[in-house]
Amino acid sequence: MQFDQLLQYALSGLSTGAIYALIGIGFSIIYNATGIINFAQGEFVMLGGMLTLFFLELLKLPIWAAIPCAVAAATVGGILFERLAIRPLRQATPINLVIITIGGSILIRGLAMLLWGKDTHAIPPFSGDEPIAIGGATVLPQHLWILGITVIIIAINKFYFFHTISGKAMRACAYNRRAAGLVGIDVRRMVLFSFVISSAMGAVAGIIVAPLTMVAYDVGGMLGLKGFCAAIIGGMSSGISTVLGGLILGVLESLGAGLISSGYKDAIAFIILLLLLFLRPQGLFGKAESERV
Amino acid sequence: MKTIQVVCSIIFLCLACSSVSFAADTIKIGALFSVTGPASFLGEPMRNTVQMVVDEVNKAGGVKGRKLELIVYDTSGDATKAVQLATKMIKNDKVVAIIGPNTSGESMAVIPVVEKEHIPLVSCAASIKITEPVKKWVFKSTPTDSLAVAKIYEHLQKSKQTNVALLTVSDGFGSSGREQLKALAGKYGIKIVSDETYGPKDTDMTAQLTKIRSSQAQAVICWGTNPGPAIIARNARQLGIKPPLYMSHGVSSKKFIDLAGDAAEGIRLSSGRALVAGMLPNSDPQKKSLQTFLKDYQNHFKAEGDTFGGHAWDAVMLIKNAIERGGDSPAAIRDQLEKARNFSGIGGVFNYSEADHAGLTKDAFVMIEVKNKGWTFAK
Repeated sequence: MQFDQLLQYALSGLSTGAIYALIGIGFSIIYNATGIINFAQGEFVMLGGMLTLFFLELLKLPIWAAIPCAVAAATVGGILFERLAIRPLRQATPINLVIITIGGSILIRGLAMLLWGKDTHAIPPFSGDEPIAIGGATVLPQHLWILGITVIIIAINKFYFFHTISGKAMRACAYNRRAAGLVGIDVRRMVLFSFVISSAMGAVAGIIVAPLTMVAYDVGGMLGLKGFCAAIIGGMSSGISTVLGGLILGVLESLGAGLISSGYKDAIAFIILLLLLFLRPQGLFGKAESERV
Repeated sequence: MKTIQVVCSIIFLCLACSSVSFAADTIKIGALFSVTGPASFLGEPMRNTVQMVVDEVNKAGGVKGRKLELIVYDTSGDATKAVQLATKMIKNDKVVAIIGPNTSGESMAVIPVVEKEHIPLVSCAASIKITEPVKKWVFKSTPTDSLAVAKIYEHLQKSKQTNVALLTVSDGFGSSGREQLKALAGKYGIKIVSDETYGPKDTDMTAQLTKIRSSQAQAVICWGTNPGPAIIARNARQLGIKPPLYMSHGVSSKKFIDLAGDAAEGIRLSSGRALVAGMLPNSDPQKKSLQTFLKDYQNHFKAEGDTFGGHAWDAVMLIKNAIERGGDSPAAIRDQLEKARNFSGIGGVFNYSEADHAGLTKDAFVMIEVKNKGWTFAK
């Protein structure tokens, strides 16, 4: 086993892991604000990619304009989803809401299929596709974009949750919704915010991976599951633990495929998920009662 | 009063009879395709093609003066549904022959139905198991994977690249390809030095390719359908994989070049002749069929016809020719299908016989190479 081979596995794993982390954080933000797992999260990843393509190809926008438009459109999608599917059912039990999000994801996927067809599409990379050598391994410029944008988004998130009023209010909801409501925080508004943030983040994740992974109406399911896995490893925290969860998952997948067998790549992710749910439901890094957010 | 009644009943009788004879005038052909679902990239062009051929045949006066009527159902890739729909089209619609389904799983599921009901089936799926062992009522127009494997191995053997790495997708298409690649390796003196797989929804295959890079492979064979192979092409370019990349006919469409971009350059694949129809010499027996098919498809759908649609073209033309030679009863169609010789279609030159209901040889495929975002014959 050579060093450059290991380095390549690690680098590949880190860049896929960064995506899982972004999607995972989207899961945990909504979970913390509402107590539900939003299974439509993966579909916002797909929407990010498909909408970018739509603005690029059909409206002929340049890429720097297409990306914000796509994020904005996906966010509107997230708001509509919350307004039309989640809010009207506020008295529903969490399990009802979870099932609604599953229904919502099937609906979004179906609409995307009808609107944009069943083909897979490629999106041009942001800045060329000449490989960059690091040690004996290679990465693409797009990988650096992914890592960079993930870091920026996580930094913004951190700032929002710890240094703004609405961020702090959202954390309060995560600790105790009732108490937050009693001190005058509009919990329903925070729920809406959580959908805004997570759909926008999902869309960004979808956009930055699209040049590498291509995009089709049905890419959301698997990416969503992997993101969910990352969130579980991180104990449903919307901070650094989920990021680590995503990175660990990505690297383990890549090492597993490289060193053990590529046939077990997905199995590895789900075995980790099951083991954690059995042994450490509070997450890999959480104490017994973990701080959420 | 009585005369009026008599006249009325005579008129009614005549009307009834004429409508009956009118209905009997069309020859009903069934088609089962997964127009939706995971294999819709096959089912949709096939459905379009079959509809197009039937329209064209009817426009030209039908078969022996009788119009063809197409009954198409969407199986959505579900074998249970395919069986129900096959039964429905046999019992209710009274079709005389069935085209499709386009996936191997569905075809295998439908076989017992047509065998029991004695209706000829021309499957548009690839698996060798459909026609081997030979089943009395079952034929197949899509070339078997092993023929493509043989073509690629023949090419590798000629260019002395005998150590190969496999990278196959873990779905039906990939598993069947992997099986054939392993089974035929010995016959062509090929040694498999690395055998990797990837999931149909995987988005990064650098790990597998890194592993392959450290093996002694002189060529990498990737077996899958879009988008996986396009991602692999890009990953291989990123990693600077030296051994040439070979793909299967699963990606033999323009779409692959669109998806893989510059990374597609130099990739070789086994493919039907539809992609390179314009470059074929006039002596090629398939050229005429190919040109008709591509021209009609362009006129009907304003899109380029692909090999997948071509397999359905072959199926419906084989049935049409069988009806022309024999009768329109299921048994006559079956017997005539078995006697089809030298039918130059889109997928290849078909020679059905009692012992061979697949009808094609490895020359159904040609080796082509991506060059300047287009195709050329591989040297």
